[in-house]
Amino acid sequence: MSGTFVGMPAFPAAARDAVRDTTLRGNLRHATHTIRAKRANAVAELADWAELREAGKRIKDHTLRHLDHYLVRLEESVTAAGGTVHWAADADEANRIVTRLVKETGESEVVKVKSMATQEIGLNEALEEEGIRAYETDLAELIVQLGKDRPSHILVPAIHRNRGEIREIFAREMGEWGRPAPDGLTDTPAELAEAARLHLREKFLRAKVGISGANFMVAETGTLVVVESEGNGRMCLTLPETLISVVGIEKIVPTWQDLEVFLQTLPRSSTAERMNPYTSTWTGTTDGDGPRTFHLVLLDNGRTDTLADEVGRQALRCIRCSACLNVCPVYERAGGHAYGSVYPGPIGAILSPQLRGIGSEIDASLPYASSLCGACYEVCPVAIDIPEVLVHLRERVVEGGQVTRAGNKVVLQPAKGHAAERAAMRAARWAFTRPGVLRAGQRLASRTRRVHPRTLPGPGRAWSGTRDLPPVPAEPFRDWWQRTRNGKGGAR
Amino acid sequence: MSSRERILGRVRRALADVPEDDTPYERAVVRDYLREHGGRTVEQTVDLLAENLADYRAVVHRTDADGLPGLLAGLLAARGASTVLVPPGLDEGWLAAAGVTRVADRAESTPAELDRLDSVVTACAVAVAETGTIVLDGSPDQGRRRITLVPDHHICVVRVPDQVVSSVPQALERLDAARPLTWISGPSATSDIELDRVEGVHGPRTLEVVLVG
Ligand code: SF4
Repeated sequence: MSGTFVGMPAFPAAARDAVRDTTLRGNLRHATHTIRAKRANAVAELADWAELREAGKRIKDHTLRHLDHYLVRLEESVTAAGGTVHWAADADEANRIVTRLVKETGESEVVKVKSMATQEIGLNEALEEEGIRAYETDLAELIVQLGKDRPSHILVPAIHRNRGEIREIFAREMGEWGRPAPDGLTDTPAELAEAARLHLREKFLRAKVGISGANFMVAETGTLVVVESEGNGRMCLTLPETLISVVGIEKIVPTWQDLEVFLQTLPRSSTAERMNPYTSTWTGTTDGDGPRTFHLVLLDNGRTDTLADEVGRQALRCIRCSACLNVCPVYERAGGHAYGSVYPGPIGAILSPQLRGIGSEIDASLPYASSLCGACYEVCPVAIDIPEVLVHLRERVVEGGQVTRAGNKVVLQPAKGHAAERAAMRAARWAFTRPGVLRAGQRLASRTRRVHPRTLPGPGRAWSGTRDLPPVPAEPFRDWWQRTRNGKGGAR
Repeated sequence: MSSRERILGRVRRALADVPEDDTPYERAVVRDYLREHGGRTVEQTVDLLAENLADYRAVVHRTDADGLPGLLAGLLAARGASTVLVPPGLDEGWLAAAGVTRVADRAESTPAELDRLDSVVTACAVAVAETGTIVLDGSPDQGRRRITLVPDHHICVVRVPDQVVSSVPQALERLDAARPLTWISGPSATSDIELDRVEGVHGPRTLEVVLVG
């Protein structure tokens, strides 16, 4: 499998292949169900979950509504604390900045903390072209990198691999990258983790440059926060002489106190723990402790375009906890690769088409990668109404309309020759002819009625011109599907 | 135009729908969530800390000031530790009974040198009962961040009940954002392989917490 998402087939085709893969489905089912159950318990421990969720939503919304103010504030406080701030309008610019910063250190290798922003911009590939080797140090990212593979889950990127495959990848590839796997390596998780520890330790101890993302940036104090489990983050953040953090501009919170909300909701939503093993915060540089030089690269890359969409901008509240993936009946069957993006699952279905535009077939099909069951909205710790945004984006695909691309307002034409409609129908048929997917969705749907979007699904509006379509929310989607499909023999 | 201006310009145009006099931060963010979860006595809070630390596979010990040197000596001996990394401001008396070589963390010491040491003993800044978390803030009795990261065995001493708070909000109130902070909840762990939890990938594989009260 190639290391890039470019040229991916559209969601329905990729999903069709993925559901045939029984290993993948088994792994995914086990993983999502395990995390889902644990998460529910972790959340139930906090009697004020609803209030925390509402506060998280409001903090993020307020920040987004005044993002210019908080960005300038953050820049001031990071600079005052001894850091240097860079601004990157798109992926290319971010890659150029980071490459230049690494080159200025004279180093040709860097250690990396798992970061979706750097995956989004293809940083490793850009560095490689300039002769700089980037080592992923999160265990799952290491598995993905050694396996020349792509991540498939936000939190557990190698969820599609089982222990036997991991053993093989380690035995075959580690030697190419540094310390080889020990002879006679078995497939017990403890031994595999030990092999990774030894392999990576060699790299940590000599690394001069670390590259990270951040979970949060505090405008008031200039503090960055990284939340992790393994300690690879702490290694990358403290041992190198130079630290470069690439962070999306939406990751800001106004004040130090705001962290009290997210440090409660993020771990419980993501790993279902009261608190993740390690959280690191740093404010610029500290004499004698940690990197001597700190660079913050603020990344736009489609975020301001997303911000311009009054319905879609709520996607920027996302704190990347991955709870929505674990409850999604479509993700559970299709896996993360089918989404053709570093952001898989329900959040990927609304974030990727907004960050990248809906010009490609995969991006145009992503808003259809959902049964609109509403489970993702229920679990989201910042209350992103993913179904509402999905419906809104479907409307954009089918009807066109004004969108912002690279800061300019452009009018999007309706997808040509009913291509979008066909993509939609294929996606819908894929999900709706699989009773398991649908039943899971329906069960949740009946419990989550009240959170369903108030607007009519957009494509429904488009189709109703030529088909006899009832107002969709009044009738379960499945019934509608059965009826229209049986009545009309299905659309092609 | 610089990218800074370009991005800020895009943000401002994107927010054209937001009125000038939009609700200020103080009113936009309602903080009606709890400052702590459940009512507990001080003693119960310390018990909860011990329970939650253990739940995350930290090894918990309890003693008083007089018992501390003996306990630490015993813990280090049980592990066969002969070299112990010591932050500059650690209480001299804590390791008085331990027959070990103390190694000071010097700015010049390389990560590889730290990697050869057996254990590290530190104090902490604050501990959070509800989550089973200890927080280090780089004060002289805790040292720089790397010393609690590279050695495989970390003993952290928490003064109870003074250093214990109930909740995350209470912890943040006590901490200084300007300092580099490390929040530790149990030893390093991963669940990346078929979701089987394995302790210790990169940080210390053994975390022992001594509650001194
Ligand atoms: S959309 Fe919500 S649930 Fe999904 S990853 Fe983002 S914050 Fe978590």
